[in-house]
Amino acid sequence: MSETLLRVEDLSVYYGVIQALKGISFSVNRGEIVSLIGANGAGKTTTLHTITGLIRAKSGKVFYKDAEITRTPAHKIVTMGISHVPEGRRIFQNLSVYENLLLGAYSRKDKAEIESNLEMVFRQFPRLEERRRQLAGTLSGGEQQMLAMGRALLASPELIVLDEPSMGLSPLLVGEVFEIIKSFHAAGKTVLLVEQNAKMAMAISDRAYVLENGVITMSGDAKELSEDDRVRKAYLGA
Amino acid sequence: MEFLSALLNGFSSGGTYAIIAIGYTMVYGIAKMLNFAHGDIIMVGGYAMFVSLMLLNQPLLALAFAILACVLLGITVERLAYKPLRGASSLAVLITAIGVSSLLQSLAQIIFGAAPKMPTRFMINGTVVLGSFRINYSTLVTLAVTVVIMAVLTVFVKYTKTGRAMVAVSEDRGAAQLMGINTNRIIAVTFAIGSALAAVAAYLMLMKAPTLSSTLGAMPGIKAFTAAVIGGIGSIPGAMLGGVLLGVIESLALSVPKLAPFTDAIEFAVLVVILLVKPAGLLGKARREKV
Repeated sequence: MSETLLRVEDLSVYYGVIQALKGISFSVNRGEIVSLIGANGAGKTTTLHTITGLIRAKSGKVFYKDAEITRTPAHKIVTMGISHVPEGRRIFQNLSVYENLLLGAYSRKDKAEIESNLEMVFRQFPRLEERRRQLAGTLSGGEQQMLAMGRALLASPELIVLDEPSMGLSPLLVGEVFEIIKSFHAAGKTVLLVEQNAKMAMAISDRAYVLENGVITMSGDAKELSEDDRVRKAYLGA
Repeated sequence: MEFLSALLNGFSSGGTYAIIAIGYTMVYGIAKMLNFAHGDIIMVGGYAMFVSLMLLNQPLLALAFAILACVLLGITVERLAYKPLRGASSLAVLITAIGVSSLLQSLAQIIFGAAPKMPTRFMINGTVVLGSFRINYSTLVTLAVTVVIMAVLTVFVKYTKTGRAMVAVSEDRGAAQLMGINTNRIIAVTFAIGSALAAVAAYLMLMKAPTLSSTLGAMPGIKAFTAAVIGGIGSIPGAMLGGVLLGVIESLALSVPKLAPFTDAIEFAVLVVILLVKPAGLLGKARREKV
């Protein structure tokens, strides 16, 4: 349980002269759901982008399964077992649902395995199968989120990084998204989650970190943190 | 009859524009840059053909050699001049491309001299006569080559893994990286395809008019760029449409003696009008600038 899958050490990231992350450290253990919560502009998305290689850190280190991946290109990090579902879903609008899913498996060569993963995704998201020939840009917001998550699953990841998966969705769909995240967990995947909806994120998480202005200010067991007065006032609206 | 043959000639020269325009549009769509040196790749292709024709005396082998040379040149230029500027301002990239353009032209002048070469071996003479209707062989060859290239490219983009990756990179480079796509590799492949097409375009041009100088690619390059913009830069079907459209307009204007001197002006006026009506080009999608 306590084997560390992802370890971030003293990470600093700049956009020009502005420092977005000021030396943050945290870790995710195998099989956990870990949440990063914080206000807009706290550095949550920056953290995820730095982990998966879209942004380069100025200093600090990222380890995945004890291999340092701080300077590894994004496309190689995917093959190591980290899938990133980006904020705003960023599905490929001009490609069909099916083509989007195939791109999820871009770096894999095991055809039979990919096929069975596809079936698994279609079983979990029947709507995607119904619309497999449709252009992804014509899907509803909820369907696009399902597609983004299905696409990430096709990389066959061990660690799934989710950035605001419930953003812009109706309450019903938000509930569905969190059920899906729980199903990832049940299937043995490890999850690192960034969410505006801190309440629901904390409810399904094992642990959580609170990020404020590029600094981690609190961390711990999700249940204990959600009872902390400061967290309740700032993020849970109580 | 005259109108019909002007139309056919238009499709043919438009096909050449389209082949060049595809190079501009693919590079723009995928690498998000205007490769102003693209026209000069055509010129290098012309000289590569000229040299290999002298050595091998075989026009088609010379074409194959030119394609190879242009692919290597395109990849090298991208690797040395453009790749280091990834993430730099688009103006810096543009100026670099213009620099590459004059570098290639100057090198060609230094190596081959300023006087044009006349590799007449590439010319395809003869006409097909159908009643009162005459078509040059070269026109038919150009049409056939254009159709084949367009078909192959369409199938490639739609049905191959690399083609899908190209669409993905052109739509969202970051998301494409998250799929495990090596975007540098895809950009290199794009330059390779565009440069190979430039070599083919050189062949088609020398086939009709065997005058080879260091500015061979300059005007066709500008015309083809116009065609790409008319069709909607970034869109491959748009480049095909824009190229053919421009070729037909050019050929029709040339066939009317009163209009012929104004051909270039008419072509660019069409560009202006189309951009006024459809700022993203005929098949282009209005792109939201990402913040």
